Formats: sequence, structure tokens, C-alpha cells
Amino acid sequence: MKPAPFVHHAPRTLEEAVAVLGDVGHDGKVLAGGQSLIPLLSMRLASPAHLVDVNGVAGLDTVEVADTHVRVGALVRHAGLERHEGAAAALPLLRQAVRNVAHPAIRTRGTTVGSIAHADPSGEMPAVTVLTDGVVEAAGPRGRREIAAADFFTGPLETTLAEDELVVAVRFGRLPAGTRTGFVESARRSGDYALAGVALAVGLDGEVVTSARASFVSVTPVPDVLDLGPALAGRSARDLPLDDVVELVRSHVDPESDIHAPADYRRMLAAELTRRVLTTTTTPTEGAA
Amino acid sequence: MTDAATEQKLDITLTVNGVRRTASAPARRLLSDFLRHDLGLTGTHVGCEHGVCGACTVLLDGEPARACLVFAVTAQAHEITTVEGIGNDPANLSPVQQAFAECHALQCGFCTPGFVTTITAYLDENPRPTPEEAREAISGNLCRCTGYQNIVKAVVRASEIVREREEETR
Repeated sequence: MKPAPFVHHAPRTLEEAVAVLGDVGHDGKVLAGGQSLIPLLSMRLASPAHLVDVNGVAGLDTVEVADTHVRVGALVRHAGLERHEGAAAALPLLRQAVRNVAHPAIRTRGTTVGSIAHADPSGEMPAVTVLTDGVVEAAGPRGRREIAAADFFTGPLETTLAEDELVVAVRFGRLPAGTRTGFVESARRSGDYALAGVALAVGLDGEVVTSARASFVSVTPVPDVLDLGPALAGRSARDLPLDDVVELVRSHVDPESDIHAPADYRRMLAAELTRRVLTTTTTPTEGAA
Repeated sequence: MTDAATEQKLDITLTVNGVRRTASAPARRLLSDFLRHDLGLTGTHVGCEHGVCGACTVLLDGEPARACLVFAVTAQAHEITTVEGIGNDPANLSPVQQAFAECHALQCGFCTPGFVTTITAYLDENPRPTPEEAREAISGNLCRCTGYQNIVKAVVRASEIVREREEETR
């Protein structure tokens, strides 16, 4: 349970990080929080010859709240985002979701951007990225580019990021005024990978639903958005067709069986969690954006 | 892959429990192993080595972190506190350590250093936890002996001891 030998690179600036990734990216990995990468190294599921440790790179550790988005830098720890009052006020879904990421001792080191770049289908923040129409900012030898969330995730642990590119930040889109959000997941033990989870954003005009979208944790191969608008738009929050929503979720998700739960159970769980979070999110006191 | 026989060694300088210490180790040395093997600080225990059990939890700048999920070379940027830095004298236990003794919150003791560091940091953040909050606070640490009941009691008791000691010194 020890990582294989590697050459450690410790760039101090973004330019240095991009340059060294250009040299070694074909046989290297970026190390930020390391809370997913280091277990993979220790179990020898990965053995890159080079690690580009970006923890010392200046300027990547800020959260910026703008009118249209919340921008989270590559070195912002989950715990830092969780504590950030401005981010929580601008986009409550960020705090609602990030507090479900593992345990506090993991959140103090793990980075939100790193978990998005890692693209684990059981990650919470990839689901939030797609639900908020997030934008991934990448830097590499060919310059900087922006990747829409819908074009970023291509498979479990797979993205369109090139091996010599670094994610500099992720911008989470702010939701229209009147949007309420919720996040709920279920795991066998607190802090474990969720068996299923759901992030929800509901637009309300008074008591009338104007829009509803959901994304999921652990039950879809890549995080994607399910539009619940066809079932819910125009309906009163007091009289939601919950059974229709359950059917939409059941046909959208595509979970796999493993030792923790069979696929059928995960599908049922995703639908039930959606029913519950939809109910709590549309009651008057919770989740107001 | 780099050859283990010829791999580079780095001089790694850490600030542990207020003392700066340097040792030579390869870049792949985990903080947990650096503390134990290279610095001889064996209070930090190593259980699962992939971040699940919590036994190796230390404080980085006062915040709990898994020492098995941090490379020693990366940890150079932080102030590290191990269980030895929280209390290393049976006659002068820290509030959390005293609470563990009073509440019988350990049996074999293997997991205890990780609990002590985790709870010490938690009480800084939440000085008056309820039993429910205490249970949540320790949810990232595994104990195979106690069944957790007495650890939950110890979290609450430790918060009382902190206040009792503050009263005494007032």
C-alpha cells in the first residue's frame, strides 16, 4: 500500500505548472488535494512517472462571486467552499452539496475542482457542475480554453481534458432569482460514497413551478441533467405529480450493481430521493435561492 | 515508472508539534510514514492506508487531515500537530485524552490517536456539541472495539473538561 516511485515537481506559478505538464503530462498526473489520487497511487491502480504538485502555485485558491457565476479556483478545498458565506448566499446548492463530500478530514484537503477533474460518477460536485451549467477553465501548452460542463464529462473518470492540461478553475452558473435548490444522498455509512444522490433546482413563481432540473450521483455513468419541466412546469407546488417524476427518474438513471447495492435498488433510491428533495425544496421555508 | 533503487531522495523539512525537523526521504513518502519511520513519532497510527479508517488523522494548520493521504513533501507548507503534540504526558492529559480515560472510550487503543486529533479540532469549531453532533463529528473514524457509545460520551465530556479547566484558571 505504498505509491510507486515518481518524480515530484513543485511549480510555484501557473506558467511553470503548464510548462512542466507540457514536458511530462503524457506520463504524469496533477496532484492537488490528493484525496482521490493518493489512494489510487497507494493501491497501484495508477503509477504515473511524474506528479505535478500544484499546491504551491500562487493564485489558485480563491472563490469569486460574480453576478452570473461563482468561480472556484483549483486549490480551494471543499472545506473552504463550504465555509464561504458569499458563495453560499449566491448559490446555496454549493454548500448544500459540498457538505456531503466524504468526511471533514477529507474536505480539509480535497479540492472541489480536483473532484470535478477526477470525474467520478459518485462525486457530488460533478453533478452540481452540470446542473449549474458550469464552465471548466483549462490551461495548457496551447493556451487557455473553456469547456462547458456538458462537453467535459465523457465517462467514468474520463473527461475531454488533455493529459497536458490543468483545470485552473470551475465557474458554477448562478440560478435565476426564485430558484430553489436541494441536495440529498444516501450512503450505508455517513461520509461513504453515496448509493444514490440527487441535486435539484426548481424555479417557482409563487406556488407555481416554472422549471425543474435534476442531476444525479452514483447512478449515471456521467453526470447529466434530467429536465423535469415537462412533468412539473405550470403545476402548483401543493399538488405535484410525484409519481410522474418518479417514472422520469427511473427511466433516466442507469445504475450498476456492485457489492454495496443492486442496480434496481439504486434506481428505486434515486427516484425516492428525488421525490423527497422535490417535496422539501418546494415547501416555503427551505432552499430559497 | 522510476526505478525504486535509483529514485531521488529529497530533504524534507516539516514543522511538527512546533519543532522544525528535517529528514531525507523519497517523494512518494506519505506523511504518515514520514512521521513514524523518519521522525520516530509513532503516536500516529496507520490503519487502512487509503483514507477510510481515520487512525492516521493529524492536524494540518489546526485542521484534521489524513496523514496517509498527504505526501510528506507537500506537508512542508503546513504546521503539523500529532497526538504527541496534543498531549504526551500521562500526568498531564489533554481534555480529550482525559475524557477518553474517564469514559473508557478506548479498548485496544489503535484508533485512539486519530480520534483524539479529530475531536480536538472539532471542539475548537463546536465547543458545546450535543450527543448527536458528537456522533456526526466522529463519523470519519473507525473503531472496531468500543461500539462508539463511550467515544460519543467522551466527546461531550471533553467539552465539559475544557470549560472546567477554563474556570479553574480564571
